[in-house]
Amino acid sequence: MGKATIIPFGPQHPVLPEPLHLDLVVEDEKVIEAVPQIGFIHRGLEKLTETRDYNQFIYIAERICGICAVGHSLGYAETVEGLMGLEVPKRASYLRVILHEMSRIHSHMLWMGLAADAFGFESLFMHCWRLRERVLDLFEAMTGGRVILSAVRVGGMVRDQDAATLAHVQEVLEGIKDEYHEICRAFLNDSSVRSRLVGVGVIEHDDAVNLGMVGPFARASNVVNDVRCKEAGAYAELSDFTPITSTDCDCYARVEVRAKEILQSIDIIEEMIARIPEGPVFEKPKGSPADGAMACGALEQPRGECYYYAQGNGTKYLQRMRMRTPTSMNLAGMAAALKGCDLADVNMIVLTIDPCISCTER
Amino acid sequence: MGSFKLGKMTLKSLFTKPSTVLYPFEEKPQPAGIKGHIENDITACTLCGTCSRVCPAGALIVDRKAGTWSIDHFRCVQCKSCVLNCPVPCLTMAPGYQKPAREISRETLQKPAPSPEELAAKEAAKKAKIEAAMKAKAAREAAK
Repeated sequence: MGKATIIPFGPQHPVLPEPLHLDLVVEDEKVIEAVPQIGFIHRGLEKLTETRDYNQFIYIAERICGICAVGHSLGYAETVEGLMGLEVPKRASYLRVILHEMSRIHSHMLWMGLAADAFGFESLFMHCWRLRERVLDLFEAMTGGRVILSAVRVGGMVRDQDAATLAHVQEVLEGIKDEYHEICRAFLNDSSVRSRLVGVGVIEHDDAVNLGMVGPFARASNVVNDVRCKEAGAYAELSDFTPITSTDCDCYARVEVRAKEILQSIDIIEEMIARIPEGPVFEKPKGSPADGAMACGALEQPRGECYYYAQGNGTKYLQRMRMRTPTSMNLAGMAAALKGCDLADVNMIVLTIDPCISCTER
Repeated sequence: MGSFKLGKMTLKSLFTKPSTVLYPFEEKPQPAGIKGHIENDITACTLCGTCSRVCPAGALIVDRKAGTWSIDHFRCVQCKSCVLNCPVPCLTMAPGYQKPAREISRETLQKPAPSPEELAAKEAAKKAKIEAAMKAKAAREAAK
């Protein structure tokens, strides 16, 4: 038995896109405990509801995180619409789902690239990001922005999409699908990839439930907790939706769930485009949220369930805006997954929860 | 199972053009609706100040007395809310990102002073409006 040593991991580390610090208690190359620490990029964005009205705050909400920008603006808009009893035009809710699912594709592709980079597969990383670039080009054509889109506003959407643009989206996604199958084969069937992922960072189903894990991290442990199942907005119009889960509970299962979710998102977008109704895309909100009115909203972000709470005070400024992000729920699961792993697997396990520290700290 | 699963794609990449461009010597074409930068048709602008009120970043300043409209491109977040709320509308989002600059500065546009013809036309319109209002009032009183 060796002597326990504490190895600091992060906040500056090649595998981490965002600052997260871990104190790894290591004994003979085995991690016996991991203590996460956050708090490096707190910006106080929720407090800004006091200085920006409910229409302006959506631009702050989408800057909480670059990758989840569409999700945060959508979650905020839906919560404020609930607060004001506003009904969004049907076409707008379809367009919201299309953009949200596209953001899931680009987020998962970004993550898959980072994962490939973490286990040392550079060319796979570049191919993932090359495909992601096509989704960003679609965003640019649809909304005028690549990452921060400013496409959603309280009451609907900023811009309608014509049939030609939607057909173009469908065509590009079909093209991505063909190339993506080859990338998927490398991720799921390549022996060198499997040797780094299979049996690493196992969290059993019961532990995942007890630790309150969300998103693909939990679904890889066979926990069915996809918020899209609640059929809010245009998700209710989907003919069939079954969350993708896995029973393997390890890092490989997390890659598998995310890899399949990209294909599922493409199918959802294609169905939405095929069934999108005609009509307006914006209903102007009138008045302000009532004094003491409260509303909650939940949204399946690429990283898991994100929960929103808003309270009105009778003015155009909100009294309180609060969100609970998926990474804050998954940090406990990550610490549990790190217990007993090899030191060389730490970066892979940290990455498989897809940590988004910007969202967590806001 | 097996390795070299990405072989086909990797080999194909050897014989295709690079996916990246050599910016700034080469630029990708920008789509028509891109949110590049804000432009104001100052001759049409009424200096109502709606844009500066809705701007979440505080990038716009409208001075009615001095007849100026100014934008700080470094504060602007390209959210388009000024364009969406402009009542005239004289604001547009044009393609083309702002070039880098050495100093942070504001772009200020001065509304040109109206020509004598424009002033006369404005005065005539105002008179006609007042006359119409007087006539309507007289008609209302007569009806009573």
